[in-house]
Order: sequence, then C-alpha cells, then structure tokens
Amino acid sequence: MVAASDIEKSLRRRLRLGERFIEGWIFLAGLLAIVVLLGIVAILLKEGLPAFGYTPPWEFLFGTKWYPVSEPPTFGIMPFFVATLMISLLATAVAVPIGVGCAAYLAEVASSKVRETVKPIIEILAGIPSVMMGFIGLILLSPLVQSIFHLNTGLCGLTASIMLSLMSLPIIVSVSEDALHAVPNEFKEASYALGVTKWETIRHVCIPAAFSGITAAIMLGVGRAIGETMTVLMVAGGALAVPVSPTDPMTTMTAAIASGIGNAVRGGLQYQALFAVGLILFIISLAVNLIADRVLQQQKRRFAR
Amino acid sequence: MIAKNGLRKRWLSIVLIFAAGLVITLAACGGRTGSDTGTSGYIKIIGSNTVTPLSSVWAEEFMKKNPKVRIAVSGPGSGAGMAALIDGTTDICQSSRTMKQSEIDQAKAKSVNPYEIQIASDGLSVVVHPSNPVSELTIAQLSAIYTNQITNWKEVGGNDAPIVVLSRDTNSGTHVFFKEHVVQMTGLPTQNTKLEYGSKVLFLPSTEEGVSEVARNSNAIFYPGLGYVTSQVKLVKIKKTASDPGILPSEKTVLDGTYPISRPLLFYTNGVPTGIIKTFIDYCLSPEGQKKVTEVGYVPLAK
Repeated sequence: MVAASDIEKSLRRRLRLGERFIEGWIFLAGLLAIVVLLGIVAILLKEGLPAFGYTPPWEFLFGTKWYPVSEPPTFGIMPFFVATLMISLLATAVAVPIGVGCAAYLAEVASSKVRETVKPIIEILAGIPSVMMGFIGLILLSPLVQSIFHLNTGLCGLTASIMLSLMSLPIIVSVSEDALHAVPNEFKEASYALGVTKWETIRHVCIPAAFSGITAAIMLGVGRAIGETMTVLMVAGGALAVPVSPTDPMTTMTAAIASGIGNAVRGGLQYQALFAVGLILFIISLAVNLIADRVLQQQKRRFAR
Repeated sequence: MIAKNGLRKRWLSIVLIFAAGLVITLAACGGRTGSDTGTSGYIKIIGSNTVTPLSSVWAEEFMKKNPKVRIAVSGPGSGAGMAALIDGTTDICQSSRTMKQSEIDQAKAKSVNPYEIQIASDGLSVVVHPSNPVSELTIAQLSAIYTNQITNWKEVGGNDAPIVVLSRDTNSGTHVFFKEHVVQMTGLPTQNTKLEYGSKVLFLPSTEEGVSEVARNSNAIFYPGLGYVTSQVKLVKIKKTASDPGILPSEKTVLDGTYPISRPLLFYTNGVPTGIIKTFIDYCLSPEGQKKVTEVGYVPLAK
C-alpha cells in the first residue's frame, strides 16, 4: 500500500512535468504570434515615419500628387485614399445585401441538404486565388462593364469593386449565418405563436436580434476589401488622378505599394513613403478589426446562456 | 506497471515528434546561394518586363545546353531590377533604360559597381486598335496625348472618340524611357523636363495587359517593346517632327537610326562578369544568341 502510493505520487509528478513541458511549447507558439505582430508594427514605424520628415503629414495625407521618380519627388496620397475608400465601400455595398440575404436563407429557410451543398460552394469562392479573380475581372468583366456603362475602358473602380465583393462574400455569409443561428429559438417560436409569417419573422425578429453579429461580418468583409492587392492592381486601371466616380480608373493604397516597391531602393525616399502608406493602411485595418471585435463581444454577451 | 509503460510511451512520442520537427526544419534550411564554378551554377536575372521574353528564351536555351545550370528570370520592371542589383539580391539586372546617376551613386555607396553590357536593341513601338484610322503621330502629338493635353482622337486626325491612354507603371524602364524621350521630348527643340504623365493615364503592371487592352479597346493607345507587338494591334508610324516622314519600327529602321525612339537593351552586373555569368552573357552575345533576338522580335546588335 505504501509502495502503491509511492508509484502514484511519482506518476502524478511525471504527468505534471510532461504537461508543463507541452504547456510551455504552446505558450511559446502563442507568444510568437504576438512577437511577429509587434515586429511588423516596429518595422512599419521604423521605415515609414522618416517619410513624414520629408513630407509633412498634412501634405502627405491630403496632397494629390504622387510622383516618386521625378526630381524633386512629391508624395501625396489623397488619390489612393479616396480610391481605397470608394472601392471598399462599393464592394461592401454590393456584397452585404447578397451576403446577408444568403445567410438568412441558409440559416432559416433552406433544408439541411441544400445547406450542406451550398455552404461548401461558397467556401470554395473564398479559396480562389486573388490573381485568378484579377484575371477573370480583366478578361470577362471589364469588357462587359465597358459596354454596359458606355465607358472608355472597363479598367475602373467598378470592375474592381465587383470582383472584391465576390471575394468578401464568403466571409459575410459565414459570420452572418453563425450570428443568425445564435438567435434563440424562443424568439422565433414566440413570433410564430403571434401569427407572424416566416419572412416577417426573419425581417423583424431574426436579423435585428443578430444585428451585432451581422455588423461584425460586414466589418470583416470591409477589412478583406481594404487589404486586397493583386485584383485591384490588375483591374482598377491605375490612374493617378483623385477619382470622382466609381467608373474612373483609380489606384488604391495597396496597388500603389505593390507597383512602387519593386522600384524603390532600400532606405530611399520612395521606399519610406511606401512604408508610410503601409502604416496608414495598417492603422485603417486595425481600426476596422477592433470595431468588428467589439461588436462581436457585444453579440456574445447578449446571448450568453 | 501498465501505467508506467503508458507514461514511457507518451514521453517517447513527445521526443519523436520533437526530433522529427527538428529534422524537417534543418532540411528546409539546406538552400544554396548562387555559385558560379564551371558549367554548373545558379543565375538570377531580375528587371525589365521588356527584356523578359528575350532573356527567358536565352535562359531556356542555355539551360538545355548546360543541364547543371539553373537560371531564374523575372520581369517586374527595370527599376525593380536596379534596386535588386544595388541590394545585392540579383546577379544580372536586365534593363530597358540606362542607369540613372542617382542609382549609380546609391550602388557605389553599397560597394556595388554596375557594369553595363548592351545585349540587343528595341524600337519602342506605339500601338493602337486595328480599327483606328490614325496611322502616324509626331513625337509632339504623343507627348500631348500622354500629358492629357490632347484628349480626343479627332484632334490627331481620327474618330471623334476619347483617347484611352495606357502606360506602364513606375517599376518599368520603358515608362522612364518613354517619359524622357517622348513626353519630355529630349533631343528636340521643344524639350521640357518638367513634363509628367497626365493624371488620367492608366498605369498597368505588365506589358502583356497593355497590349491585350489595346486589342480589345478601339480607343486605346500603348507603348510596348517591339517583341510584344502582335497581329491583334496596329503599329503607328512615328514622325520625329511634323516635316519628317513617318517610320515604322523594324530591325532595319532601328539599326540605321531612322526610327526616332529606339533604345539599347542592357544587362547590368556587379563588376565585370566572371564564371558562369560570363559564360551565359558570352552566349547571349554570340551569333547563335543574337539569332534568338530576331526570333523574339527585338533587334540584334549590329554585326
């Protein structure tokens, strides 16, 4: 009996050691993610902040001339900022009604067989590489846009927005559908008990109840649209003027970085300016993600069981 | 006793997973950097989108003859290639423009000595859609088009339609060459070094995209290197001034200098090339290599 409890004690000690060992490794893995993020922020600040020494921040943010290879170079990112804003908002405006509608259909109306077929197909849409989407936009969509809207060229913000909405659709559908699922059955049952039809229930009960989750989905979709590079580089047209309408060719912040970074020698003025653009982009993405996170927390708290 | 064995098995599996992880990581770190001894080695060529079709053909032929050599070609733009040469991340920089003094200074500051070798010539072509009635333009007219001063085809003798002005982006050597020699009209009495591309000009990431947009869009205009011109687009004759005859780019007109916007295609290396890089460049300059230049559509060096 003493022997047995000795063995027991040594067993427990070894288990604790093994567990601590594995816990240590998992902790390091998590720490690595944080270290990498901090490292990225540090590099953005280190390489990007000197750009504001050459161009004062006011002039950088609101200047309209981007001529990095002239003598002397001028850096004003207003055209890119407006383009990013325009394309992201338009893409979201197209993707949200379709996405939320699709999510409502999958969560409330579709039979489980339909749900199980459609959901994977939408996930596949998320997996298509962005350069493929750019190629499809270039070859198929831009001639179509050009002829429908009687434009000079189909390489414009509208084409980019449509392709981007296709890319942010899966995120919006996924997260909205989860939010709609989280609405307690009691809400719906009470609604039906009062004689409300299915569509009215969805419109007046389910969607308002899932509102914070749907908002989070929209924010995530916006974040996706803001960060997309390859597709907009190929189809948005690449003009340097501040865009006035979505049918103008334009360059987003991401495309400006991608088309300029190859030319920039490390440490040079253009290099620093591009990093500064990256810094601003990072801040915008961070803001969008933080808002989405706060809203999702609110959603969870509201329906915690 | 069974419990003790179970525990040992658990420790064993942890150690094995750890060891496997280590082995895989070490194996992945086994890459080699460029070496140039004998007829084996690894050459990186980065730079001009214009030269890429040519250097790709040369690379393939050279690799066929010397199976132990690996050559990687990429064409983001001459500017990108020069930045890579200065940063030491490429062996050869392929370029469709000469190195700027500021770039030479940056290179010297990083102990890189750019050595220039001309490998071919190019007649920078201006193309429009085959249905476009305009067949010749002066350099001054091109400059006005690319600075958005002339915005309608009827101002240069074409249809009443807006001009869709396509260009390469700032990575491209062709972009810089066109800006200096056409937009700013270097060498002509109307030269103006303050001129920039207009803000309505579309900057595209690749020559290929520009050519296919011109083939699709009846109002577009673009300036690809001669090697990218296909039968789906129409070449425009270039007149140096209004009183000169319009010249089409071809091997003959580039070599005898009558085509007004021709340019050398260049390789830049860090110092005089040695080893496998020298062998490769010797091949490119040999009669066999120069024959490939004609096949790709560019202009070989004068015999």
